[in-house]
Amino acid sequence: MATMTAAETGQSRLRPSKPTGFLSWVATTDHKRIGILYFWTVLVFFFIGGVESSLMRAQLAQAELSLITPEIYNQMFTMHGITMVFLVVMPFAAAFFNYLLPLMIGARDVAFPRLNAFSYWFYLFGGIFLYSSFFLGGAPNGSWVGYAPLSSDAVSNMAFYAVGLQILGVSSLASAVNFIVTILNMRAPGMTFMRMPMMVWMALTTSFLLLFAVPIIAVALFMLQFDAVFDAQFFQPASGGDPILYQHLFWLFGHPEVYIMILPAMGIVSEVMPTFSRKPLFGYAAMAFAGAAIGFIGFGVWAHHMFTSAIGPVPRAAFAVATMFIAVPTGIKIFNWVFTMWGGRIRFTTAMLFSVGFVSMFTIGGLSGVVHSIVPHNAQQHDTYFVVAHFHYVLFGGALFGLISGVYYWYPKVTGRLMSEKLGKFHFWTWLLGFNLTFGPMHMSGLLGQPRRTSVLPGELGTTVETYNLLSSLGVIVLAVSASVFLYNLLRSMKHGEASGDDPWDARTIEWMTATPPKVHNFDVIPVITARDEFWHRKYAESDQHIPVAVPVGASVDHDEHDGDVGHIHMPDPSLWPAIHTLGVMPLGYGLVYANWLLIGIGLVWMVAGVFGWIIEPLAEGDDDEPALVGAATH
Amino acid sequence: MNLGSDSQADARHSRQPAPRPGRRPGRRPGRRPGRIALLLGVALVLAACSGEQNALDPAGPYAQRPHDLILYVFGIGALVFVLVQGLILYTSFRYRRREGDDSMPEQVHGNTKLEIVWTLIPAIILAAIAVPTVQMIFEQMDEPEVDFLTVEVIGHRWWFEYYYPDYDIYTANEMAIPVGMPVRLEMTATDLARSPDLGVIHSFWIPRLAGKQDLVPGHTTYLNLQADIPGRFIGQCAEYCGLSHANMRARVEAMDMADFETWVAAQRTPATVPADGTLEARGRELFGDLGARQACASCHQVWEGNGLRGPGQGPDLTHLMSRIEFAGAIHDMTPENLRAWLKDPNSMKPMQYEVNGIGMPNLNLDDDELDALTAYLLSLR
Amino acid sequence: MTAVAHSTTMGLDNRKLGMWVFLASEFLFFGAFMSAYLLYIDTTNRGPGIEIFDIPFTSVSSFVLLMSSLTMVLAHNSHLRGDMRRMRLWVLATAGQGMVFLGGQVYEFTVFFREGLDLTQSPFASSFYFLAGFHGAHVAIGVLLLLGLYSLSLTGKIKPGQDVKTEIIGLYWHFVDIIWVILFTVVYLIPELRV
Repeated sequence: MATMTAAETGQSRLRPSKPTGFLSWVATTDHKRIGILYFWTVLVFFFIGGVESSLMRAQLAQAELSLITPEIYNQMFTMHGITMVFLVVMPFAAAFFNYLLPLMIGARDVAFPRLNAFSYWFYLFGGIFLYSSFFLGGAPNGSWVGYAPLSSDAVSNMAFYAVGLQILGVSSLASAVNFIVTILNMRAPGMTFMRMPMMVWMALTTSFLLLFAVPIIAVALFMLQFDAVFDAQFFQPASGGDPILYQHLFWLFGHPEVYIMILPAMGIVSEVMPTFSRKPLFGYAAMAFAGAAIGFIGFGVWAHHMFTSAIGPVPRAAFAVATMFIAVPTGIKIFNWVFTMWGGRIRFTTAMLFSVGFVSMFTIGGLSGVVHSIVPHNAQQHDTYFVVAHFHYVLFGGALFGLISGVYYWYPKVTGRLMSEKLGKFHFWTWLLGFNLTFGPMHMSGLLGQPRRTSVLPGELGTTVETYNLLSSLGVIVLAVSASVFLYNLLRSMKHGEASGDDPWDARTIEWMTATPPKVHNFDVIPVITARDEFWHRKYAESDQHIPVAVPVGASVDHDEHDGDVGHIHMPDPSLWPAIHTLGVMPLGYGLVYANWLLIGIGLVWMVAGVFGWIIEPLAEGDDDEPALVGAATH
Repeated sequence: MNLGSDSQADARHSRQPAPRPGRRPGRRPGRRPGRIALLLGVALVLAACSGEQNALDPAGPYAQRPHDLILYVFGIGALVFVLVQGLILYTSFRYRRREGDDSMPEQVHGNTKLEIVWTLIPAIILAAIAVPTVQMIFEQMDEPEVDFLTVEVIGHRWWFEYYYPDYDIYTANEMAIPVGMPVRLEMTATDLARSPDLGVIHSFWIPRLAGKQDLVPGHTTYLNLQADIPGRFIGQCAEYCGLSHANMRARVEAMDMADFETWVAAQRTPATVPADGTLEARGRELFGDLGARQACASCHQVWEGNGLRGPGQGPDLTHLMSRIEFAGAIHDMTPENLRAWLKDPNSMKPMQYEVNGIGMPNLNLDDDELDALTAYLLSLR
Repeated sequence: MTAVAHSTTMGLDNRKLGMWVFLASEFLFFGAFMSAYLLYIDTTNRGPGIEIFDIPFTSVSSFVLLMSSLTMVLAHNSHLRGDMRRMRLWVLATAGQGMVFLGGQVYEFTVFFREGLDLTQSPFASSFYFLAGFHGAHVAIGVLLLLGLYSLSLTGKIKPGQDVKTEIIGLYWHFVDIIWVILFTVVYLIPELRV
């Protein structure tokens, strides 16, 4: 993280200011801009996923309705699942990681800025590719798990699923490599592992989970897709193929995936809670290692998604016990959050409300999760609305609450303006109400016998189940209103929000030390880290009773020095090549879906050419390890 | 207690096919807002004893044991729930920042003793849950130790086929079992050797009798169930199996041993051949030969005593009228429904015969043919 | 922090660390394919099975691939010493051996195909072609990288001080070799013991 003065590099010019406009966004390699791109793309997909769920809830509002055909319904729940998992929650976390990681560890950018852009474009094109299926004969309709042989059947629409997820997987894998290297290698001086913000720990754990989980689903998807399109025999029962292999591969990815979605939110909550309680995170080390433990055990519990599948009693028992014990590190986290608040001076801003909501709702999801591990009764709950309730409490009440908390918390960092607290609180309470109204009753309708993924609510389940379903459907309306308020607040506050200043929350971590919004190069001078919660310790000393005492102004450097010429800082050049290279995945993808060798060839040549363009693109300021410039590199 | 309280349920128990035409939607009484509000209030309280497809209302040991275990777990869960949520609420109120209070809290970084406590206590609770769970896993899956009935279950898109190897009986959707005797289901999915359906994963689930178990092509899976009381127990396929997954229902008809033996005897007799010259006889002729169109008999078997009884592509129709529902048990077995089904099956249940041969084709039958075939089917008692 | 290049927290070049991390992921990729292959090793659906393998032939091509790791090391070594001419020579040699291996694989696949081992024949066939084929694809990408390295060095775009680039490609190449060692053992040799 070298910063150069003009004299050192022998170059006197300041870096020319980046152009604005459409092309500057396409070519950007700035982690902050890429984070913003992720964010808005996520919102679009979130809206689409919400529409899909609304259609489903409309269909199930009463028994035996036929508002939409079973074919459409099956596409809706499949696309809703894929969208929310792969196009919303995961990239939502990526948006935060992109924007915040370098700021939190005191770096100027991620390790591989162009690869970062590549990740975003792969994500965007993957999403577009998946949704183009609606116009090309029907969207995937085999559920988000895509079990073979239903999904490897040539007449299913699941080739789009297999290829689309493959594309998204590449994006995730590239991000994972990028974030791991960034966190391991680009921390500011003094930023030891045990001084990293908890969010960074969670990002590291999440990235490792992705690193090891994505290749496994890549294999499963290759097999599925070649079965469906090229008549391979991986899962064809007629020739001896085993559908259970697909389940193992899918869930060996799929369970870590659950933690990939929840850990970033846990990281966010672990930042928000200390700030608004004005206390450090309780049990920092336990939190970090509980996160890692969750990630690690998360690779050993996958078969609990298959308790009713063709597996014997011994694996059922083993995976039941493993599953139960993943509740231990989760419990540690919950108690540590509560005790972070304990004894504090809690300011209930919207961000804090969402974080407390996260802990509360996630606990419910955690409890119903333990219930699933009771294998004999799991046979009753499995594939019913009880499960639907469970994972929505974890992913909506958990992940999404945490992520939204992060939006309210870091919005001023990104825009320099605060979101309206009034609208924010309205958003929170309606969100909490709508969420519980939608998903709470599903616990009961599931136990009363309603299976998931059915395009119609059978009247024979009885009027009680029907009432619960009606409540769920009404809840969606509340959620829709709430989400609209959120969107309005987001857009309105950009122009009309109250100016936030550099440190609106009296925060603890170093991303708040620099200018708001941050400059392209993040920090004029990279801070030297001497403590966990570095920024807090620059602002406050502690009395003998461990009560913080404000440090007199000027006695300590508690903000980045914005003034004056900081000389030349070498930042990554913008580049169009990631976007150009990545676009080649579209012909390649369609080629694979339609077994069209011409398209496959075009895609491959395009992408290889794109890589070469990428490699030989002249850098504005020379290569990092170019001998003439040794000493000038910053990343 | 039966909040479902539709008289259909009672009618079904007495095995009386009520003449109700059309699909289910028409069968439901209209709803009024007042009724919803009332239901809202009592729903939670009464939930445990309403509805027939209810996992909380076990009617046999294989459902009862897990149910008892889960109540114990729910109890612990409720305790933890109250404790944690209470703690969150208490902390939130107790330590909220008061107006005008600008003091700073003590900077506590952790408390090792406390942290060990909340690591160990959950671990101990979980161990207490794990032991009975693991025991029961084996209990539930092992072959019953007393005499049991074996029924083979084959999953098709989108109906369940049952074969009783001891009696050489084929039937569909509705499974007859004797009360008080364990039944061991040997289950798998169909395959290409039998039908255009390559075989996908289904799951057999009758909540009041046992949990669900998947039917996996290429594997044989087992499920034990037992009914301690006579009655009709409903369930449905619980593993997503494509287009008409929602329309793949299952029923178990538990009856006293004597009734069961009568049922077996009836099922083992060949189908009656209608007298020459009757409408039914004309229907039987059409059943075997529809000219250029695919004949019913190419997929469905009606066993008349000659040759072996064997599985067909579609449900066995030898004693069709002994069943109360048809088409994956979504339609009542009424003449009107049967006729409508023969006329245009896809409008009664979405299928994909045109795509890949799965399900019942539209045979473009004219009115005379429809009358004759319906009459014939109605004669298959 | 002093202003020197590569002053990273771990003291390791970002790109090198990135490659290591990526390769860790690749192990699971091949691991998953290998488990599928082992599951299906006898599921031949009345088609050809493991008896179809020609161990002596594959041993020769395996040897060629192994030797290419040696030339790769020599290439990196030359680059370190700044001897770009030698470096290019060894890079070409490595790529050449990679291509020989690929040629061997293409030949092998053709023979198998003629003997009835079609991708659509059986789960065994599918998983064999995928496992070996994806390895082949990795070798092909490696050859492309090496040829790129060669031509960029020829045009002077890669300079003597930038040995880290050769090193990273070397890392990848050695990984592909190691995978082949495991794969050759699991796919060809161990089943042979049972025959």
